[in-house]
Amino acid sequence: MKYVDEFRAPELIAKAGEEIRRLADPNRHYRIMEVCGGHTHAIYRFGLKDLLPSNVELIHGPGCPVCVLPMGRIDDGLSLAAQPDFIFAAFGDMMRVPGTHGSPLEYKARGMDVRIVYSPADALKLARNNPEKHVMFFAIGFETTAPSTALTLMRAKAEGLRNFSVFCNHVTIIPAIRAILDSPDMCLDGFVGPGHVSTVIGCRPYEWIAQDAGRPVIVSGFEPLDILQSIVMLLRQLGKGEAKVENQYKRVVPWEGNRAALRAMAEVFELRPYFEWRGLGSISQSALKIRAEYAEWDAEQRFSVPGVRVTDPKAAQCGEVLKGVLKPAQCKLFGRECTPEQPVGALMVSSEGSCAAHYNYEHRKPVTIASATAI
Amino acid sequence: MCLAIPGKIVELDSQNVNHAVIDVAGVRRRVDLGLLQDEPPVLGDWVLIHVGFAMSKISEADALDQMQTLRMLGEAEAAVQEVRGYGLESEEQDQSGPRPKQ
Repeated sequence: MKYVDEFRAPELIAKAGEEIRRLADPNRHYRIMEVCGGHTHAIYRFGLKDLLPSNVELIHGPGCPVCVLPMGRIDDGLSLAAQPDFIFAAFGDMMRVPGTHGSPLEYKARGMDVRIVYSPADALKLARNNPEKHVMFFAIGFETTAPSTALTLMRAKAEGLRNFSVFCNHVTIIPAIRAILDSPDMCLDGFVGPGHVSTVIGCRPYEWIAQDAGRPVIVSGFEPLDILQSIVMLLRQLGKGEAKVENQYKRVVPWEGNRAALRAMAEVFELRPYFEWRGLGSISQSALKIRAEYAEWDAEQRFSVPGVRVTDPKAAQCGEVLKGVLKPAQCKLFGRECTPEQPVGALMVSSEGSCAAHYNYEHRKPVTIASATAI
Repeated sequence: MCLAIPGKIVELDSQNVNHAVIDVAGVRRRVDLGLLQDEPPVLGDWVLIHVGFAMSKISEADALDQMQTLRMLGEAEAAVQEVRGYGLESEEQDQSGPRPKQ
């Protein structure tokens, strides 16, 4: 009964579970993708799978920025940081992600100046505090973090702070969904849409998924009840043969998103013609690059970047897992060569990666709401 | 990084409209309000914070729910650690209220 007491409205959770069982047509198999890594983590943590009938399957999507970053980008970023008087700053999530010759943390152990920051604004502060050094912020993330990087670059430019740059790896979620829908081995019935990305981009950018691709999208919160309600909303639409975008997370997500954040992104970034995603390959117009007006603060325009391309370790099947073709435990390395302590692939590094979530919660299975309420 | 951390605005900076001090579970740090400039928050408002930037205004009840969700996800400690790290400050400076202006 470890978690059950902590849940808000357990009776509503039980009801949502019942409603899902009632709505799911036993003659049909439903494949629903939760796009966001935060949802993947929550689904595993709360054991929500146990509340679903066996014909409602959750497929874990590409929404973990650490997991989709190809190793070549890490190698490129770290190769720049080998210059003298150089500080490599990145979020803590990046620190254990393996590059070809080690993770940022291992580079730090070898003497490189690698710093963890919790905000791009703090990387800028490092630059202010270390005028004799160059500070490069290794930026990752979807639209939840991209506006903060944009605003930080606007501040750097306004201050004329020249010893600061950003190595930009920001990606956008919509083209990744398009790539997944275009993938021939992927048959999905609908999407649980990302909650916090949508606070920035709003709900409108998903409309083509409903209108053109005919799949419903429910933008969802992160509580167990939110996710279950979103599945109820999806099944209702699927039962009626509808495909609409609905906002389950209205208490946080405005339909139009955050205009100030979108303005900051538009001021600083433009779309790259294409960008490599781990597991998904090259996706056109799926990532952000820094505009020429900010070239001085763009590490890629300012320094010579090797442009390393590394194929993932052959035995690791990150790509198939990322696309939902394989389950984490079906990868040959899962739980043996590749563990959260010694990750081979990035999906094992971040708590939002489906492999780490599967390892932490399926191997050491905690008492979940389903098993607890059954007691 | 992807955590949305709920915090209460406990001090606005009269020198810089883009800065506010927020309180997250007793830890007070400065965050950037620049992404909320279309509807600037006031003292006492609750906001969701991503990587040191307030991203949306939320109700107090939703803020408390969000903290509870983080707790249930086992992420509450990571969230507080993230907030502690804002401004490159160390843990020893906790509980001391807003740091002096630069």
